[in-house]
Amino acid sequence: MTSGGIGRSISAWAAGALALFGGAAWANPEPNQLNMTKGAAEWSPYAMHMVALWVCVVIGIVVFGAMFIAMFRFRKSRGAVAEKWSHSTKLEVVWTVIPVIILIFLAHLATGGLTSFADTTNSEMTIKVTGYQWKWRYDYVDYKGKGVDQVGFISKLEETSDRTRQLKSNLDPDKIKVDGYNTYLLDVDKPLVLPTNTKIRFVIVGGDVIHSWWVPALGWKMDAIPGIANAAWTNIKEPGVYRGQCAELCGQDHGFMPIVVKAVPRAEFEQWLATQEDEAKVQKAAQTAQTVPAQAPQG
Amino acid sequence: MAHAATHDHHDHHGAPKGFFQRWVMSTNHKDIGTLYLIFSLTMFFIGGAFAMVIRAELFKPGMQLVQPYFFNEMTTMHALVMIFGAIMPSFVGLANWMIPLMVGAPDMALPRMNNLSFWIMPFAFILLLSTLFMPGGGPAGGWTMYPPLSLQGESIAYTIFAVHLMGISSIMGAINIIATILNMRAPGMDLLKMPVFVWSWLITAFLLIAVMPVLAGAVTMLLTDKYFHTNFFNAAGGGDPVLFQHIFWFFGHPEVYIMILPAFGIISEIIPTFSRKPIFGYRAMVFAIASIAFLSFIVWAHHMFAVGLPMGAEIFFMYATMLIAVPTGVKVFNWVSTMWGGSMTFETPMLFSIAFVILFTIGGFSGLMLALAPADFQYHDTYFVVAHFHYVLVTGAAFSIMAAAYYWLPKWSGNMYSETWGKIHFWSSVISVNVLFFPQHFLGLAGMPRRIPDYNVAFANFNMISSIGGFWFGASQLIFLGVVIHCVFFSKKKAADRSWEGAKGLEWTVPSPAPFHTFDVPPVIHDDELAHGNTEH
Ligand code: HEM
Ligand SMILES: [Cu+2]
Ligand SMILES: [Cu+2]
Repeated sequence: MTSGGIGRSISAWAAGALALFGGAAWANPEPNQLNMTKGAAEWSPYAMHMVALWVCVVIGIVVFGAMFIAMFRFRKSRGAVAEKWSHSTKLEVVWTVIPVIILIFLAHLATGGLTSFADTTNSEMTIKVTGYQWKWRYDYVDYKGKGVDQVGFISKLEETSDRTRQLKSNLDPDKIKVDGYNTYLLDVDKPLVLPTNTKIRFVIVGGDVIHSWWVPALGWKMDAIPGIANAAWTNIKEPGVYRGQCAELCGQDHGFMPIVVKAVPRAEFEQWLATQEDEAKVQKAAQTAQTVPAQAPQG
Repeated sequence: MAHAATHDHHDHHGAPKGFFQRWVMSTNHKDIGTLYLIFSLTMFFIGGAFAMVIRAELFKPGMQLVQPYFFNEMTTMHALVMIFGAIMPSFVGLANWMIPLMVGAPDMALPRMNNLSFWIMPFAFILLLSTLFMPGGGPAGGWTMYPPLSLQGESIAYTIFAVHLMGISSIMGAINIIATILNMRAPGMDLLKMPVFVWSWLITAFLLIAVMPVLAGAVTMLLTDKYFHTNFFNAAGGGDPVLFQHIFWFFGHPEVYIMILPAFGIISEIIPTFSRKPIFGYRAMVFAIASIAFLSFIVWAHHMFAVGLPMGAEIFFMYATMLIAVPTGVKVFNWVSTMWGGSMTFETPMLFSIAFVILFTIGGFSGLMLALAPADFQYHDTYFVVAHFHYVLVTGAAFSIMAAAYYWLPKWSGNMYSETWGKIHFWSSVISVNVLFFPQHFLGLAGMPRRIPDYNVAFANFNMISSIGGFWFGASQLIFLGVVIHCVFFSKKKAADRSWEGAKGLEWTVPSPAPFHTFDVPPVIHDDELAHGNTEH
């Protein structure tokens, strides 16, 4: 798609613009996507974003419209003679008060959004996310009020992308696809599996430098900072695969530590979690078994 | 000392003959202004070259040209060079040239310090740029220098000392400007008759004095954390990485206004001139600048909505940030009202000013959207932010500087620039800059983080468009260089003292080019000759 990208982008523009105003919900970046995703979770800033955008568009039309009329009507070449006035208290009051009213309206909306975002209570599940240079670690802390036994893993850029992204690799990013969707730099070896329709609390920390955990479909990002435990929550409504990336510069491979969330129905999730717990047990047993014979010759 | 003082008095009739005497030892505000402007134009091209590397790597998916670490060096250096090397010094250069001419002063209040403030700058930038040639490379942790990442870099000490030097230079420049404006005005040049440009610089200078020491403190703490075992920002030692961000942005947000208030001043001079009508609401304009400056101290954490602030703090910083839109709106409305009912012509300085008003406002719109904390959880650290600050900084600050250059070049050089080539430069720049930055809004909204060297194929088209706009915009600036060189050295068209029909203000009462010494005797002020002499409001 890189060659001839421009030509195709123009034809795709129409589709994109249609989607923009039709309000199609993208879960993951789509080619020529113009607007923010509506998201797949209960909490979403999409509506607030659209309101702010339209407020700006309307003000822009008024202000720029007035400017263009002025530029047309008051040109010296059309014989315009400059007037002398340079003040009008009435006008100045008007254009101070109207913006204030608009701002109060926007502030009201945004305060609501913040309040609901800040409320991490009543969660049914806790995930600990740790950012490392340049991978993520996920630990399942508890589920439905019960501690989870040793389920945690590292999640990092999947191998084909990693080979392709090497300088002058001559490999084609276009070819990296999962189910027809291009996943170059947006796929991992082991995704974070989460249940849908569950309020999930995240505890987010940084292991070395600051990172930022961001999945656009969940509607927010939160910095992963060494020494600080940040909290956030989500409640995913639709099963699916949601992709994101680290959003805070964290060194040379900052661009190469994607995030993949696989949201599945609760029953399926519980099954998956049970398997993981079993595997962890088996692994632990194997480890102890391994260490015992290793020590045996000495004993 | 006494000898030097008398010496200064001697050559009142022309510039010193020797190159070294004239340029290196200069205490003349016009020559130092010229030095600043040449320096910042040079930095503009160096920083621009870094941007070309960035846009070339981002031209299509896959890594084609540079290693990711070098890419990070480029983004970091691009920002540092453009902010501290191009935008800020060019405003200081304009201040040096124009403030004494505008207030009827013979020179800056502290001419030798003026020389020092300039000559620190080349050394600061040699220090900074030299890191690119060292083993380990230049700083790569972003211009914001967040620890712990920035402390992993081997060249951080060089960067820190360079920042110290730039800070010293800025503070001295600011002191000089304040001293000049408050003490050196010709009798009759009341504060409320001063050009808006002078007002904007007076306020900016106070901002500089207030925040450059804060930056110096922040980077010094980085230095001691790295080399002297302190733990200001080291969580393992009881410090707090977020503390750095608070200190940095306490400097950083006023800093962005340091880069836009003088631009407001410039635009407020140019639009009345080419509308042939006094500025609308002079006092409101001055008051708006002052209130923006005040507010800029209480909004810093809007850069940190995603660090996990308590909800009360998020709400406070959100409301305070939104408030800034009110005085900013007043300025835009007043510029439009100045044009309304005027008799407009569209020479190059006016074209750049009109583009400024429109495109800066677009940057203000995205600023307003970014101010809404819940939405910023999505926008933050994406290309949407990159688009925002390039609209306010390139089509805002940089366009205003170009407008100022075209506006005052006749006064500086005594020659008219080529209007045709000026217009070609304008149209080429204004189209390409939108091709460059507008698609970045889409990229950010679609989910592309900033400061990444490579990206998913979904982002390919807009990146390619943006890169094409980038190369085109970069090339357009060579036209600017050509126009300036032609104007200064080759133009046959002499400039009148009052180079523009509608221009008012003391700077247009002196000959073009402005002689080496002006206003040895304070001018007699006639309010009608001032741009804002008769504004009761
Ligand atoms: C209406 C006025 C403005 C508002 C409400 C506003 C708001 C904001 C906000 C909320 C951010 C943080 C975005 C984020 O990182 O998520 C931001 C970033 C930024 N703004 Fe503005 N802004 C305004 C005007 C300006 C002006 C006039 C300038 C400079 C001339 C400017 C330069 C910047 C820069 C450089 C950044 C990014 C800094 C960085 O992270 O590297 N802004 N702005
Ligand atoms: Cu990162
Ligand atoms: Cu700010």
